[in-house]
Amino acid sequence: MKGIVTALVLGSLWLLLSGIYKPLILGFGAGSVLAVVLLMARMDRTDGYVPEWRLKPVAFLAYLAWLMKEIARANWAVTRVILSPRMRLRQHLFVVPVTSRGDLAQVTFANSITLTPGTVTIETEPGRFLVHALNYGDETPGELAEMDARVAATEHRRG
Amino acid sequence: MIWLGEAREILAWGLILSGSAFLLIGAFGIVRLPDFWARLHAASIPDSAGMILLFLGMAVHSGLTLVTVKLAIIGLLLFLTGPTSTHATANAAFVSGLRPHEGEGLEADEPLESPPATSDPQQERAP
Repeated sequence: MKGIVTALVLGSLWLLLSGIYKPLILGFGAGSVLAVVLLMARMDRTDGYVPEWRLKPVAFLAYLAWLMKEIARANWAVTRVILSPRMRLRQHLFVVPVTSRGDLAQVTFANSITLTPGTVTIETEPGRFLVHALNYGDETPGELAEMDARVAATEHRRG
Repeated sequence: MIWLGEAREILAWGLILSGSAFLLIGAFGIVRLPDFWARLHAASIPDSAGMILLFLGMAVHSGLTLVTVKLAIIGLLLFLTGPTSTHATANAAFVSGLRPHEGEGLEADEPLESPPATSDPQQERAP
């Protein structure tokens, strides 16, 4: 059942992106869809792990809007560092506590840290991330704590 | 209403050119910054600002067409895979023992399971 839904979604994506309806191309599409569905079934058999979703869609969109603003600000900060004649760096490796428990929220938080220039998630551990900052300042942990709180607000509390 | 098309063109090219500028700044940073960890941060500028501005510019340029739908799908994919691959690179370097140079008066926090630390040859050369 899950396989049929996946095949339908992937098939329509192929048709939308290719827009060429010749037998050869359609055959390639059908082949790729089949291969992906079989691969996914195989991966399900080997680990059977179901990621936790727990997403609040509206809160998530609000978070994305806030993230765009953060990305703009961080880009500007790193651009200034790169273009300044004497690059003042204050590199630092530090631990950031993580409040979110769902898989999706944790991935969102880790990717958001990496996506904002100046900070990169290096290691993910239970309940904490190891983060590297290019230009560490006193305000850096506070900014990441705010991001953590905003990500945690996009997931349902349960279990 | 002739000027509307012109305005859209100007907006689109403004976005595309500023996106390109960020790609250039990112490349510039990769050359200028001193070591692996610092360069990693320069690489995330084209990933975020460059990519977003370029895609917005191309979307404005092509208007509400199938091309914009495709752009949105590709943009979403890059938005997810870009940081993931940056993380994979950083994590691989960290696991193989490359440690960042700490800023003045700062001390690195340790991971829960610490892999053996080796020195970074690039940092030994720098004063």
